[in-house]
Amino acid sequence: MSAHSIDIHRVAKLARLELSDDEATHYAAQLHRVLDHMDTLAKLDLSGVEPTSHALPVYDVVRPDEARPGFIQAQALSNAPKSVLDQFQIPKVIE
Amino acid sequence: MSLISLSLTELRQKLTTKEISAADLVRDVASTIEARNPVLGAYLTWDLDAALKEAETADLTQPLGGLPIAIKDNINVEGQPCTCGSKILAENYTAPYTATAIQNLRQAGAIPFGRLNMDEFAMGSSTENSALGVTRNPAALDRIPGGSSGGSASSVAGGIALAALGSDTGGSIRQPAALCGCVGMKPTYGRVSRFGLIAFASSLDQIGPITRSVADAALLTKHLCGFDPRDSTSLKESVPDFTAVLGRDIKGLRIGLPKEYFIDGLHPDVEASVRKGIAKLEALGAHIEEISLPHTEAGVATYYVLAPAEASANLARFDGVRYGHRSASANDLMEHYLKSRSEGFGPEVKRRILLGTYVLSSGYYDAYYLQAQKARTLIRDDFTKAFEKVDVIVSPTSPTPAHKLGELIGDPLQAYLEDVFTIPANLTGLPAISVPCGTIAHEGANLPVGLQFITKALDEATLFQAAHAFEVG
Repeated sequence: MSAHSIDIHRVAKLARLELSDDEATHYAAQLHRVLDHMDTLAKLDLSGVEPTSHALPVYDVVRPDEARPGFIQAQALSNAPKSVLDQFQIPKVIE
Repeated sequence: MSLISLSLTELRQKLTTKEISAADLVRDVASTIEARNPVLGAYLTWDLDAALKEAETADLTQPLGGLPIAIKDNINVEGQPCTCGSKILAENYTAPYTATAIQNLRQAGAIPFGRLNMDEFAMGSSTENSALGVTRNPAALDRIPGGSSGGSASSVAGGIALAALGSDTGGSIRQPAALCGCVGMKPTYGRVSRFGLIAFASSLDQIGPITRSVADAALLTKHLCGFDPRDSTSLKESVPDFTAVLGRDIKGLRIGLPKEYFIDGLHPDVEASVRKGIAKLEALGAHIEEISLPHTEAGVATYYVLAPAEASANLARFDGVRYGHRSASANDLMEHYLKSRSEGFGPEVKRRILLGTYVLSSGYYDAYYLQAQKARTLIRDDFTKAFEKVDVIVSPTSPTPAHKLGELIGDPLQAYLEDVFTIPANLTGLPAISVPCGTIAHEGANLPVGLQFITKALDEATLFQAAHAFEVG
């Protein structure tokens, strides 16, 4: 029995994934086991330890503010599953 | 004799003396693919006409001039597919631009040829998470090739690629190389541009070569590296000639064995092979000493918080609008996102997106994500301290030989735990290489074992020197 309880439907909605009831039960059980293992982290003394987001951080990366070659419209649209009037097409959002 | 058994250096000699042409070489590779790929399943696609066209204009005076190199299917080459082993990119996606690593290879004269299977979005250690087909281990066809760069390792070990590119986020170059019996190298984080590599976990991902020899790996790595203004984590460091150190001895080199790596879960025959390898290093004049990396046990948990967290953010871009699968049955925008993503992603990707979303969600961020970032600091400090005492750290690459296909499906935690030896080099950004270290007789098959070498950041020269001495010694 896991000490964890994930509201799997809430997490799935945040992640924009649709799960069937079977999938939800299945993933929740697997993730509980993984999260039990994550409790290893709770055993560490991390007081006063700084977090690391990059092992070899590079700071303040800037480049000259000059125009560079980029995609033309046709290239940007070349992989769009649906486009119309040279724009990406999405389902209607305003009635 | 097929040209494909020769080293890159030998092939270059034949090309420069005009004994063979680049087109001959491309055709030779293509005929081996056609003969053996139906069994190995390493390649997803290959475009012979495009490669032959490139061969016509290949600059043979360049250091990689005329050499076809196979590419993991998550690195963009303009005009070619780039599926990431996923249904979501298998339809509706042709790379509209070329990755910097590929541009660098082309500038050195190489020809990107063939797209290699992988675990979906590089998530996995067996290539069984590919939505697009099964890849087999050439050493035992009923076994996994490892992963996520399983196609890369299978193609090189199986003799249907001269050399290949892979990507390594938690061991995805080194582990398949070890399980298939070839060389796999992950450069220092920031050495090779990630521009054009489809992102899994941006603070961990790195492109590197899978080859049949250390010398081939050194040659390719030299031409993959270099500062790129299009990757904000790219390092502005000069790139030494890694091939110049090959052949130097390792007398007096200080090699550390982390005591925490010789643990219960380590397969006894793998351990015996690795111990034999270590004895060989000692016989070559290296000083072997035990070291401690006290936070080793936290590595897997740290990684499996941070990598899914980054992945959940990176994979948010697959929205069915700009590229990739789009659901045909959605009625509104929310449904469009939910259905397009749920139809397109496979189970392991969903699992990791859910895990990553959870550890970043309100109320859990501090308990998991922040905690893991702090643990990452401790793990990095372990290595910094260890490298005050030694030049190189040596360990097994994988705790087990290649599993049978299907053996670990349904037990993701067990699969994650087997990444224990490769994950630290990603969390710390350090360069690491896996080199063949004998085979073991296991359940009626002879299965390769890999020996991993790790050095300080940017010290690939020592890494190649030690690995090469071990390989030829």
